Amino acid sequence: MLSIDLAGWLPMVSLDAQDRCLIDAYQRGLPICERPYAAMAERLGVSEEEVVERLQRLQSLEVLSRVGPVFDHARAGASLLGAVAVPPEQRDAAAAVINRCPGVNHNYAREHRYNLWFVMTAADEAQLEARLDALEAELGEPLLRLPMLEGFHIDLGFPIPWAELEGA
Amino acid sequence: MSREAHDPIPCTDAERRLRALLERGLPITARPWQRLAEQCGMCEAEVMACVQRWQQAGLIKRLGLVVKHHTLGIRANAMVVWDVPDDAVGELGRRLAGEAAVTLCYRRPRRLPDWPYNLFCMIHGTRRDRVLASLDEIVERQALQAIPHRVLFSLKAYKQRGGRYTREDDAHDSRACHPA
Repeated sequence: MLSIDLAGWLPMVSLDAQDRCLIDAYQRGLPICERPYAAMAERLGVSEEEVVERLQRLQSLEVLSRVGPVFDHARAGASLLGAVAVPPEQRDAAAAVINRCPGVNHNYAREHRYNLWFVMTAADEAQLEARLDALEAELGEPLLRLPMLEGFHIDLGFPIPWAELEGA
Repeated sequence: MSREAHDPIPCTDAERRLRALLERGLPITARPWQRLAEQCGMCEAEVMACVQRWQQAGLIKRLGLVVKHHTLGIRANAMVVWDVPDDAVGELGRRLAGEAAVTLCYRRPRRLPDWPYNLFCMIHGTRRDRVLASLDEIVERQALQAIPHRVLFSLKAYKQRGGRYTREDDAHDSRACHPA
């Protein structure tokens, strides 16, 4: 059993071997057929209901963000990595402003003078620029605007290091 | 320097609604494609054909379980930024992309004088010391000692979800019609 600490405040939950098999087998290649969870279940040797229940549980535990497609952001629309330098004591408040901004899907504090880093998406460049301009005005600090120019490797579907997690 | 350009993928209104729904995830129910079909005004077979077409066109890169690494304990997330001569950045980017520990790698513009770094890569791991050890190995193996770099570990995740590119209301109004 692997116990995980959800953000330090939810009760510990356990991922059993079946949960791990499900994640290992289907970070990619989810079948496109009328009953995909039945097809997955058949391959894993369990019932469709069990796959559905496990997926629902893993999602409610925030082990899974979602079941679904990951879109190629260069083809899907406009996106950009932004950063801003704010005084440390204002970081949480500035992060809340960024989180409220439409199109923001990632927002992290990082160890640098530029201490807030976020990814913003939009339907097109014009909408993206308008959102960034509005955010910059609200924050009162200049934004570092870093569009992706070339992607060499973009895939977060890497194998989960279960053994390392148990020993961590 | 120009951004990567792709031909826009033609979308009908129903397909745009499907895309907006898919950005929020596939329903976890016995007939998920049927459920999506009902919501966007298509039939199940059309939805499945459309998703297959988007996969073939490269609009969908991956279809499967999207893991929240942080919840699992993969919390040492290092953004490593490099200041690489412009004529070497493509080649180095491809080399770094081939490193097993590198989960993302891309080129972005410098913003001088504040930001001299033009190559970004991510290393995700369970512990900071292990991530730094992986980075040391990469520097050694790829002979990058002369390339200035910085490591920006994440301190806190304020938000982490999938990208949403469709107009905000496409997902909610099944009759919505928005010109591109």
